[in-house]
Amino acid sequence: MSRLNARLRNFALSLAFLPLMLAGSPAFAHDYKLGDLKIDHPWSRATPGGAKVAGGYMTITNNGKEADRLVGGTLLSAGIVEIHEMAMEGSTMRMRALPQGLEIKPGQTVELKPGGFHVMFLDLKSPLKEGETVKGTLVFQRAGTIEVEFKVEARGASGGHEHGGHGGGHKH
Amino acid sequence: MNALKIVRITAWAAIGIITVALLYVLLNPVDREQGTGVASIGGPFRLADHNGQLVTEASLRGKPYALFFGFTHCPDVCPTSMLEITNDLNALGNAAKDFRVYFVTVDPARDTAALLKEYTGSFDPRIIGLVPKDEAELATMARMFRAIYRKVDTPSGYTMDHTASVYLMDAKGEFFGTLDSKETPAVRQAKLKRLLDRR
Repeated sequence: MSRLNARLRNFALSLAFLPLMLAGSPAFAHDYKLGDLKIDHPWSRATPGGAKVAGGYMTITNNGKEADRLVGGTLLSAGIVEIHEMAMEGSTMRMRALPQGLEIKPGQTVELKPGGFHVMFLDLKSPLKEGETVKGTLVFQRAGTIEVEFKVEARGASGGHEHGGHGGGHKH
Repeated sequence: MNALKIVRITAWAAIGIITVALLYVLLNPVDREQGTGVASIGGPFRLADHNGQLVTEASLRGKPYALFFGFTHCPDVCPTSMLEITNDLNALGNAAKDFRVYFVTVDPARDTAALLKEYTGSFDPRIIGLVPKDEAELATMARMFRAIYRKVDTPSGYTMDHTASVYLMDAKGEFFGTLDSKETPAVRQAKLKRLLDRR
């Protein structure tokens, strides 16, 4: 019984410190550099109950002189990660895997966003909850692998337009 | 003189043929049939819902409803559409309290009744999953609503292409229109209000 109490107290303490830990984490700087690539604001959406998939979104700029390709990645809570493209053909939603990855040409900025290119998180082990950040990696053909954190936004969020502002003021 | 006469007869004959052809095209009965083709969306379906209750076109008579073809392994369009319609129904308040939205899975191999119940319930209890018992039942349902679905292979399994419109059906079970994600909430809610007001 007392062991349970101690556990509860530890849990409560860790909850109390959670905002501090989050505020101090690099997630809110939230852009990354890898060689000539700049990766801005990786984010995802809170998942509905029972959902086993989610999309990962971000903006990637290639400041180098050679093309690179986003070919894969990982997410802590996802069993499988693929690169996909979604498109509407009239009223039909079409989804395609991009087995060769997504090319980012020299000087080009590519936006991964709802309704278009995305990192496809499959086989989710736990739901993505609004406000949390989830660790993962991105793998590029030339530049290699980088560790990133995906910020989980609200269901239906369109993301990407509140850069820099989600430090202290963000709701937890 | 004789040659001129032949030319004149040929010319009149040509005009006659063209006139008859024009009249035929203008009054073509096939065209008239196509004019009412929109009404043939929908039909006498029978599907189990996520609670195991049978939902039929006849059992829904008297109440307008919405219908969507989707699947839970859908990262974007399905959750977005369900969130939008949840927001729309909430905005309409009491008028929409008995309205139902049926989410027909195009992936019955993975979407069990229990999973659909959890999924739709995380949006709004007025959204009800419908579970075709097999491929044939799904194909019949999709054909009735002229919906498209297609299995697409991916490196780790498969995904589904599918019609992403929300079908609106009136109290007589007749097709009323669609909701589209590209429309503003105001436009969608005005359509829903017209559907609810129609008796």
